[in-house]
Amino acid sequence: MRVIRHVAVNVFRESVRDRVPYTLLLFAVLLIAASRVLAQLTAGQDVKIVKDLGLAAIAAFGLFIAVFLGVGLVSKEVERRSIYAILAKPVSRAQFIAGKYAGLVLTLFVNVMVMTGALYLVLAWLMATATPAERASWDAPAMDPEMLGAVLMIFIELMLVTAIALFFSAFTSPLLSAACTFGLYVIGHFTGELRDFDTLTDSRAVGWLTRGLYHLLPDFSAFDVKLQVVHGIHVPAGYLATTAAYGFAYVAALILGGTYIFTRRDLK
Amino acid sequence: MATPALLIEGLTKDYAVGFRRRPHRALDGLTLRIEPGEVFGFLGPNGAGKTTTLKLLMQLIYPTAGRAEILGRPIGDIGARRRLGYLAENPSFYDYLTAEEMLTYFAQLFGYQLPERRQRVSDLLDRVGIGQERRFQLRKLSKGMVQRFGIAQALVNDPEILFLDEPMSGLDPLGRRDVRALILELREQGRTIFFSSHILSDAEAVCGRVAVLAGGRLVAQGRLTDLREFSARGWELVVANLSPDALERVRPRTARVTPISAGRYGLELPPDSAPDAFLAELVAAGASIVSLNPLRETLEDFFVERVTRAASDARH
Repeated sequence: MRVIRHVAVNVFRESVRDRVPYTLLLFAVLLIAASRVLAQLTAGQDVKIVKDLGLAAIAAFGLFIAVFLGVGLVSKEVERRSIYAILAKPVSRAQFIAGKYAGLVLTLFVNVMVMTGALYLVLAWLMATATPAERASWDAPAMDPEMLGAVLMIFIELMLVTAIALFFSAFTSPLLSAACTFGLYVIGHFTGELRDFDTLTDSRAVGWLTRGLYHLLPDFSAFDVKLQVVHGIHVPAGYLATTAAYGFAYVAALILGGTYIFTRRDLK
Repeated sequence: MATPALLIEGLTKDYAVGFRRRPHRALDGLTLRIEPGEVFGFLGPNGAGKTTTLKLLMQLIYPTAGRAEILGRPIGDIGARRRLGYLAENPSFYDYLTAEEMLTYFAQLFGYQLPERRQRVSDLLDRVGIGQERRFQLRKLSKGMVQRFGIAQALVNDPEILFLDEPMSGLDPLGRRDVRALILELREQGRTIFFSSHILSDAEAVCGRVAVLAGGRLVAQGRLTDLREFSARGWELVVANLSPDALERVRPRTARVTPISAGRYGLELPPDSAPDAFLAELVAAGASIVSLNPLRETLEDFFVERVTRAASDARH
């Protein structure tokens, strides 16, 4: 664990000095600017729009960080040969992969927390400047704690995206890893269609294939509870727990798979 | 017999190359034994298989056949890695970390705790001559400084055996001198050093024994002075204040005379000449000795000759 921790802390330090602060800054500027404009343009919908935009932005910027840092986690180290000095130390390849993953998840955690903090700040400002009549028209309170459930789901979704990026990064180039990760992310939002595809076809083989793909591919749509939260619809804790467990299981399988491949490949 | 510091038996590596994944043999049945405390030069031209060997020993790549042991343990053993240091060819590190942070990270991987860790990092950066730049991000260091940092990270665990892949690469003459001095100092401390180079003079300055690779095969090994190919094929002498009479007297015993300037000549002596008596005669005639150097076949000549011979043998 000591080695994994040191590798992880180092990934975090390197990430923070690299490009993550700029993404954060961009996010904060966009969010604040959008909320100011929208608060003036919409009557009574400003809180809902800020929440919607804010959660979507956390997911989008998180995705950007997860993919663009995740795909280079291993492959860039191999390309630049910086991995040579590390693996000549008492560090196994499995520890290296685990540390790299933990470091990027730590980076994502801090980013998501900062972005969530910024979102709550904007919402607090809107609440402070709203009239009692405006507050009464809101579906949910501005500082709704249910939003944290949506943020948790976004975070676990990002952990899954990072695991996919790391998996591909263990044996392909950053460009191919990015394409595959984005591809899986997009497909993963439409797995519901795959599940129901057998009702649209007479071919049993196609039905089995689409059912198989549905079970094999990650179901990213399960993590999306933004809409419910924005409209003040309660998301049961049981659903959050089950979805989180699904995400963790998928992450574990990907990390194990990535480690299996990485420990067997030549680092040329 | 004592446990060898490094034992390599029949180590072979094939790479798949091209679209059709044809096998290419980068290393062919290498067998070596290196005793503790030796400074061993691993010589060969580019593409000879030196880096492949070092990567195999560090388990960055896996062998097609053969085996190796470092300090009596199989390669890849974590316990052995605690006791070795490795400098890769043209090393690369994290751009955004400072030299101090990066070396601290490496020390942490070995489990060093404060305050020993801080002291070790500081001492090592000073020792390799980049103490002033300890707070510079690594991307801002020159190539030579990165090479010096690479040597520092290879020494961070006080290793019993050091693997250095082209350690002089990218260094200026001062840097090369420092690295040679460091290797000799480590040898005095009883450490084993296995270093690859394609420059014969680097090996001559520090090595007890050498092995020469060409085309993935071991073509020679032993003490440099014992290897027939590297024995002196003559002497090159530069003298000043040599009178024309004295020159004419010694001319029959030289292989070639090259005038440099007034009274200054380059004299090439055959290998069987006795340079001591020759020098004494010149000094007695009033000449000044500027320099005397052995003329050796260069490593490049040796490689060309060996590779050509191997190709010729293959044809017959």
